[in-house]
Amino acid sequence: MKRAVFKNRGLPYLLVLPQIAVTLVFFFWPAFESLRLSVFRTSPFGDKTLFVGFENFAKLLSSPDYYRSIVNTFVFAFGVTALGVGAGLFVAALATQRIRGLAAYRTALLWPYGIAPPIAGIIFLFIFHPSYGVLPYWLAFVTSYEFNWLLKGPLAMTLVIIATAWTHIGYNIAFFLAGLLAIPTSVIEAASVDGAGPIRRFRSIVFPLLSPITFYLLVVNLIFSFFGSFGVIHAVTQGGPGNATEIMVFKVYKDGFVGLNLGSSAAQSVLLMIVVIVLTALQFRFVERRVTYT
Amino acid sequence: MSGDGAIAAPSRVEALPDVAESPRRRPLDWGSLIVHALLLACVAVIAFPLYYAFVISTQTVEEVVARPPILRPSGNMVQNYVEAWTRAHMARLLWNSAVVAVVSALGKIAISMLSAFAIVYFNFRGKPLAFWMIFVTLMLPVEVRIMSTYEVIGNLGWLNSYAGLTIPLMASATATFLFRQFYLTVPNELVEAAQLDGVGPMRFLWSFLLPLSWANVAALFVVLFIFGWNQYLWPLMITNTEAMRVVVIGLQDIIPRTGTHVPEWNVMMAAAMMALLPPVAVILFMQRWFVKGLIESEK
Repeated sequence: MKRAVFKNRGLPYLLVLPQIAVTLVFFFWPAFESLRLSVFRTSPFGDKTLFVGFENFAKLLSSPDYYRSIVNTFVFAFGVTALGVGAGLFVAALATQRIRGLAAYRTALLWPYGIAPPIAGIIFLFIFHPSYGVLPYWLAFVTSYEFNWLLKGPLAMTLVIIATAWTHIGYNIAFFLAGLLAIPTSVIEAASVDGAGPIRRFRSIVFPLLSPITFYLLVVNLIFSFFGSFGVIHAVTQGGPGNATEIMVFKVYKDGFVGLNLGSSAAQSVLLMIVVIVLTALQFRFVERRVTYT
Repeated sequence: MSGDGAIAAPSRVEALPDVAESPRRRPLDWGSLIVHALLLACVAVIAFPLYYAFVISTQTVEEVVARPPILRPSGNMVQNYVEAWTRAHMARLLWNSAVVAVVSALGKIAISMLSAFAIVYFNFRGKPLAFWMIFVTLMLPVEVRIMSTYEVIGNLGWLNSYAGLTIPLMASATATFLFRQFYLTVPNELVEAAQLDGVGPMRFLWSFLLPLSWANVAALFVVLFIFGWNQYLWPLMITNTEAMRVVVIGLQDIIPRTGTHVPEWNVMMAAAMMALLPPVAVILFMQRWFVKGLIESEK
C-alpha cells in the first residue's frame, strides 16, 4: 500500500536523531569496542594493550571454568523455561474448559511479573534458608537430605531457577490465555459433540493451535534467562557455592569488573553476542512466518 | 528483545477481554468445579512466597527463627517497616527507582514515537539504514557490551548521575515497532485530509496521531515502568554512591548473610515488601493496560 507522506528535507532526520544518537553512542560504539578489545590483552590498569589475535577466545574455550559457566547457563535457562512454559501450558489446559472468571485468575497469577527477580531471589533465599526456612523444615519430615544451599550447588541452582520462574510464570500464562481465547469456541464444541473428552480436546485441538505461541514463549524465555538473569545471581548466590551458579552473564561481569581481565571479558561478550543473534533471529523468523500465515 | 519487557509477539493473539466470556450456565458441572479447584491451588502456590514474606515482615526476630515456623502475621509490623525504612535509606532508594522508571519510560516513548513517525510518514535517504540500526539494538543487550559501555559512560562523566541511569536505556526497538505498526493502521485519508487543510507534520503528530495512540502509550508506559523499576545490572555498574542507588540494588546491603548477622529477616522482608509494592501495584491497578502492552507490543 502506498502511503501518503509529508515532504520535508531535514525534518525526518531530526526526528530519528535522538533514537539514532542513543543507539550509536550506547549500543554500536560499545559493541565495536567489545569486538576490538576481544583481540587485545589489556593490562589491569588499562594503560597498555597488546594485540593477541584470537588468544582470548582460545583461552576461554580451553578453560574448564568457562565450560562450567556454559553448562550452568543451559541448566538455568532450560530450568526456568521448562518451569515457566510448563506452568503456563498447565493453566491453559485447565482453562480450555472456558469456565467463568478467567480474567480474575489471570490477575491472580500475573502479578509476580512486577517483582524484580533479585527481590524474588531474596524471598526464596529465606524460604530455602537452611536454619530458618520453611521449606527445609517441611521437607525434613519427608527426607533426611540436608537442605543447605550454601554447601550444595544443585540446590543453589534450584533456588535461583524457582525464584526466576516464579516472576515469569504469569507472563507465559497471559500469552497462553490470550491465545486460547483466539481459538473459536465452535471448534472445541464441535469436538465435544463428537465425543472428545477434555484431555483429548486439549491434546488434539488446543495444543496444536497453541504451538506457535508455545514456540514463541520458549524462545523468549530462553532469551530472558540467558541475558536477563544477572540480577538474581548477583543478589542471591554471587555465582556460588564454588561456581555452581556462575552463569555466562555473571562471569562476563566478574571477569571484567572484579577481575579486571578486559580482554577475556570482551571475548565472552562477543560469544554472548553470537548467542543473542541466533536467538533473536529465531524469534523473528517465527514472527515473520506468523505474519505470512494470517 | 533488548530486554524491553515489551517483546515482539505473534500477531494474532489478542488481549483477554476483562470480562470473561460467559459460558452457558449448567446446573452442576463437576468438570468446572475440578478446574476451579485446580486453578485456585495454582493461585495459592503462586501467592505463598509473597504471603510468607509479608508474614515474616510482621514478626519479631524470635518469631522469625521459631521452629516450627509461624505462618500467620504478628504484631511487630510497624517497628519492622520503620527500621527497614531508616536502615536501608528507603526514601532515597525509592525516589531514585521512581525517577529511573518514569524518566526512562517517558523517554523511550517520546523518542520511539518520533522515529516511528519519521519512518512511516516521510521518505528520506538512509531510511532503511535507520530502521536497521534500531532493529539491531535488540541484539545488543547490556550484558554483551558491559565493560565498554561502562567506559563510554565514564568518558561522558555520567557515572552516578540520573542522565547515566536513564538516557542510555532510552533506545527501544520494540517501542518503535509498536508505534510504527500502529501508524500503519491509521487510514491514509486522515493524512490526506489533514494535508489538504494545510496541517503540517508536527501538528499532525501532536493533534491527530497522539490522541489516537493514547491507549498504546498508556500500555507501553506500564510495561516500560516495570522494566525500568526492576533494572539491575545497569544501575549496579554506573552507580557506586549510596545517594544514587536504586532500591532493587540497595536491598542487598541488609540481607542477613548466614553467620555474620543477627537474622533480622523481618526487617529484610519489610524492605523487600516496600521495594516490590510499587511495580506490583501498577500491574494490579493498571492490569488492562499492562496486558495490552505485554501482548500487543508486536513487530
